[in-house]
Amino acid sequence: MNQLTPPVNKNDHIQGSSHAPLTLVEYGDYQCPHCGHAYPIIKQVQRKLGDRLRFVYRNFPLSEAHPDAFKAAVGAEAASLQNRFWEMHDVIFENQDALSWTDLFAYAQNIGLDVQSFEEDVQRREIAEKVEADFESGIRSGVNGTPSFFINGEKYEGSWEAIDLIGYLNASANSY
Amino acid sequence: MLQSGIIAPDFELNSTPDQTLKLSELKGKKVILAFYPADWSPVCGDQMTLYNETLRLFSRHNAQLLGISVDSKWCHTAFIHYHKFHFPLLADFEPKGEVARMYESYDEKEGECKRALYVLDEDGIIRWNYLSPTGVNPGANGILQALETLDHQKKKS
Repeated sequence: MNQLTPPVNKNDHIQGSSHAPLTLVEYGDYQCPHCGHAYPIIKQVQRKLGDRLRFVYRNFPLSEAHPDAFKAAVGAEAASLQNRFWEMHDVIFENQDALSWTDLFAYAQNIGLDVQSFEEDVQRREIAEKVEADFESGIRSGVNGTPSFFINGEKYEGSWEAIDLIGYLNASANSY
Repeated sequence: MLQSGIIAPDFELNSTPDQTLKLSELKGKKVILAFYPADWSPVCGDQMTLYNETLRLFSRHNAQLLGISVDSKWCHTAFIHYHKFHFPLLADFEPKGEVARMYESYDEKEGECKRALYVLDEDGIIRWNYLSPTGVNPGANGILQALETLDHQKKKS
């Protein structure tokens, strides 16, 4: 069984209560169409599970296959310096066909970021290193494609269509 | 599969249409042998795409990745170009599957390589192996752990 390595920690972007019995971690690539398909499903799952679920997003850009994936990940991480990670994460997935720097700067402006700071932050070495560290953690955790999901630290191999994922999480929640 | 501790059998296969690669030329480097069933099939593409992105983690351990299937050198060339792979794919094409047979990684029924992984040390000795179900992309964590264990052991000795 592939285990999430390292476990969820303070460097992660986390939505939902820290007391939630269920933690869903996604390794995603902003330019991956399957991840784009998963994006509204995760929103639906979060609504259904409510405070029983916390959600974590980690970067797994396949840079050779998706030339804009790494920079989009950098954009979202840079937005987190202004406490707008999830707003940027969402706007990127909602526009995943347009991920040039010009596009990313426009999204930054739209979600209310200080664009000048943002433009400086995306060049910070530590931002790129965060994305690379996420990728490496994914490899160590046994991620073999995107999106990959972990539920309470264990790799989830089942279907992640809404009905299946909600069913699985509901069943799991009842066993905690 | 061949067991850990034995010397990896040497072979020479085409790595490009006009170049061959001999395993023994890579002495001094660790080698990852990734046998896979076929170019262009969905799981293989994902597995090799993943390894392409993982090369920088492999190279930290002085390791060279080699993909091996029974596809021809021309097929490999197109596959490499399409996916922008930065590592060689070797054509175990004629006699078909000879190297895969040597490594006990050949599926006689399908006439393809199995999805088998080997990690060799700098002296060409097999140090780790893994046979994945054909339909499952095994990821790269097993390879990375094997490389780390080798480096750790070397540091201690």
